[in-house]
Amino acid sequence: MDRWLTLDHELAAQMLIGFVRNQVGKVGFERAVIALSGGIDSALSAVLTARALGPENVTAVMMPYRESNPDSLSHARLLAEGLGIDSRVIEITDLVEPYFSRNPAMSNLRRGNVMARTRMTLVYDMSARNDALVIGTSNKTELLLGYGTLHGDMASAVNPLGDIYKTQVFMLAAAVGVPDPILQKPPSADLWEGQTDEEELGLTYRDVDRLLVLLVDRRFNLQEAAAAGVDRNYIAQILGKVRTNQFKRRPPVIAKLSDRTIEREFRYPRDWGV
Amino acid sequence: MNPALGDLDRNLGLHLEWVERARRDRCDLVVFPELSLTGYVLEDLAYGVGMRLDDPRLAVLIEQSKSISIIVGFVEHTPDHQYRIASAYLEDGEIRYVHHKVYLVTYGLFDEGRYLAAGERVRAFDTKFGRQAILICEDLWHPSALVIAAADGADVIHAPAASPGRGISGAAEVLGSARTWHDLTRVYSQMLVNFTVFANRTGYEDGINFYGASRILGPDGQVLADAGGDPALISADLSDGALRRARIASPLRRDEKLNVTLNELARIRQVRIR
Repeated sequence: MDRWLTLDHELAAQMLIGFVRNQVGKVGFERAVIALSGGIDSALSAVLTARALGPENVTAVMMPYRESNPDSLSHARLLAEGLGIDSRVIEITDLVEPYFSRNPAMSNLRRGNVMARTRMTLVYDMSARNDALVIGTSNKTELLLGYGTLHGDMASAVNPLGDIYKTQVFMLAAAVGVPDPILQKPPSADLWEGQTDEEELGLTYRDVDRLLVLLVDRRFNLQEAAAAGVDRNYIAQILGKVRTNQFKRRPPVIAKLSDRTIEREFRYPRDWGV
Repeated sequence: MNPALGDLDRNLGLHLEWVERARRDRCDLVVFPELSLTGYVLEDLAYGVGMRLDDPRLAVLIEQSKSISIIVGFVEHTPDHQYRIASAYLEDGEIRYVHHKVYLVTYGLFDEGRYLAAGERVRAFDTKFGRQAILICEDLWHPSALVIAAADGADVIHAPAASPGRGISGAAEVLGSARTWHDLTRVYSQMLVNFTVFANRTGYEDGINFYGASRILGPDGQVLADAGGDPALISADLSDGALRRARIASPLRRDEKLNVTLNELARIRQVRIR
């Protein structure tokens, strides 16, 4: 099964670098901003963007919260320094704490969403300040499972990683020279102490990517995936996540009244007029 | 009726409820809308909900047809792995006929041709209640399909549909799409001198509203029953006497010149090929 997840690293990197250069340039921009978490997705996105636009045109924004793992910030710094890109640290503690203190019963999920959307606000403000576009960091695994905050970390103008699975992110990141400490640590949204993606999702990226590539890319149905050796309950669970998170991958639904509704009959490429 | 998008089991339950109501009303035949078992805006879901003709869910309705004839809509997964929009006529515990939608709609808000294969025949078929034909939605926007069905001897033309409401601009009191259906069912019934059963669904899918307005028309073009906008069971007596009287009063079928039509169409085909 793993062969469906293999990538020609050089070709993939070249295509993604060309994509970022083309998408940013054609709408009249030269610069990009990217939120660096210290994790592998934003690291890979930053490397690709720096190669596409030149390090002098990329600004990294690090936005720690007081409970964030200090390693996250030091890993983000390590990456930014290695790439020679401009970086800014903006603490979000002072911004989110007043709201948290007014709502002491907030769940981790709600707190995480507020932090993700606060970071989105700041990175978009930085993009306006710098005449830059926001580069996304959501990968295909996260997008399919809905493991991201809508209008938070999922928000961007240009996303180079949305069609590669998390295990492919690891392979590509290693190939383009993302530093070892970032490659080695377990993936984490770092929203609370000790959080890891795999624990929170209750699955491993390796297993879920092997299944997703069958279901999505290879169009296996439930029976065929089961025949390929995947547990039926697991398949049903993952299919359920993919299905119930479809709304996150689409713009808000528009009520149809007229003969020509935006998105439905009013369809133009995104590159229309640029 | 208002089927749930992609939920075959739930829709089968709905069908059984409506069949029971029709049986209580002492109907002989119950006609469900286009894709009544699957919902309409399927896109890639079409491949998941496609059914073989020996599917156990279809078998439930075939069993029901021992006491009441049924026209049901679904996606047929054919032995050569084509997926077609189908409406099956079930009677006396067997599938009497399956019509595949010939004219797939791939313009405006519709995208059927991207996902589905088109049917390749238009035929009338014999039933306990005389000779009938099924045409699905867009099929009826092509007058040739109705001319063929009538020439093949159909006394009743069924029109299962999933027609979305659109065109609210202007002073029209009804939706533009509904007005077209009112006009074409009335004119066809009168000109081809047959009963027409227009079964359109209700409900919302992805922001699209299906407006219902199912109706049954007599061979003189008169509306015998009209459902309005809510899910409803309407019925009418499709009496042989009414058909006889209409065909005496308006002998259009008797006077139809099949040879003129065939000769001229053959000539036109030659010209077009050249």
